[in-house]
Amino acid sequence: MHAAVSDFIVDCLQNSVEAKASEILLEVDQTETSIAVLIKDNGCGMSCGELEKALDPFFTDGVKHVHRKVGLGLPFLKQAIELAEGLFDIQSVKGEGTELRFTFNLEHFDSPPPGRLDKAFLQVLMFSGDYNLTIVRKCSTGDFSDQWELSRGELIEILGSLENSRSLVMARDFIRNQEDSMKRQEKTDG
Amino acid sequence: MTLEDLRKLRESKKSEIEKRNSEGKDVEIIIGMGTCGIAAGAKESLDSFIDAVDKHGLSNVTVKQTGCMGLCYVEPTVEVKVPGMPDTIYGKVDAAVAAQIVEDHIVNKALVNNHIFDKPAADIIKE
Repeated sequence: MHAAVSDFIVDCLQNSVEAKASEILLEVDQTETSIAVLIKDNGCGMSCGELEKALDPFFTDGVKHVHRKVGLGLPFLKQAIELAEGLFDIQSVKGEGTELRFTFNLEHFDSPPPGRLDKAFLQVLMFSGDYNLTIVRKCSTGDFSDQWELSRGELIEILGSLENSRSLVMARDFIRNQEDSMKRQEKTDG
Repeated sequence: MTLEDLRKLRESKKSEIEKRNSEGKDVEIIIGMGTCGIAAGAKESLDSFIDAVDKHGLSNVTVKQTGCMGLCYVEPTVEVKVPGMPDTIYGKVDAAVAAQIVEDHIVNKALVNNHIFDKPAADIIKE
């Protein structure tokens, strides 16, 4: 369904926001051959039965999107991973939250590309809601390894509302700067 | 760039001269970022809106993302709300049209007629 891993990330993170999570953790760990994603939230969570249904494309809870007849996000992610022989795991506890982990082998022919993660990071910060999101972004190639972290709460505290276009320009440039400074180290290393 | 650098940058920008909307109310740009929108290039439109608003030095503009507005056949779609003008839904908004909307609709208060997909009122649309 989605063209790139970045799109899957935005899609699944939206689920956490819609689950009314107040704390969300997004970890993206990328190597030359793989990309591993963790999305952990303290939202409403799902019971065993609900979790099973969540993986059914014809199921949606009828509450968060009243007119929808399908819930495609998780089923399509699971399918994409199965086709690309990656890893997929989802755990959830009703009333406590959900933890979604998936890994794509980027060398697999059927794997989607990583996509524009910088744009995805901005998009996931822009959802409406009072959620604190922590992004932990890791990159490793050979001997080199680097990471940067960002907290939505801190960003809002510094820039003001992320609905304001001025804040968005600065947030976008900040994220791109963090991403680029990782790549620069990559090039100068060895 | 550290968070401290970002904080200083923000402080320095606050003191720049800003153009304000005459009524002091916020201009809203709501971009459809559902799967249909994304497939049609809404991410590039979002970037273009942010750039164009920044370029024109506008300070009271909010940019939000929404899901599918049901106009999948003319994605990317954008709803533009400027105080004093009719709320308008534009379709086929690529990066270039996004810049045009900021210049024409938001700055010059003129509708971009050939991209309107939800007509505010038939008499204000010029053929």
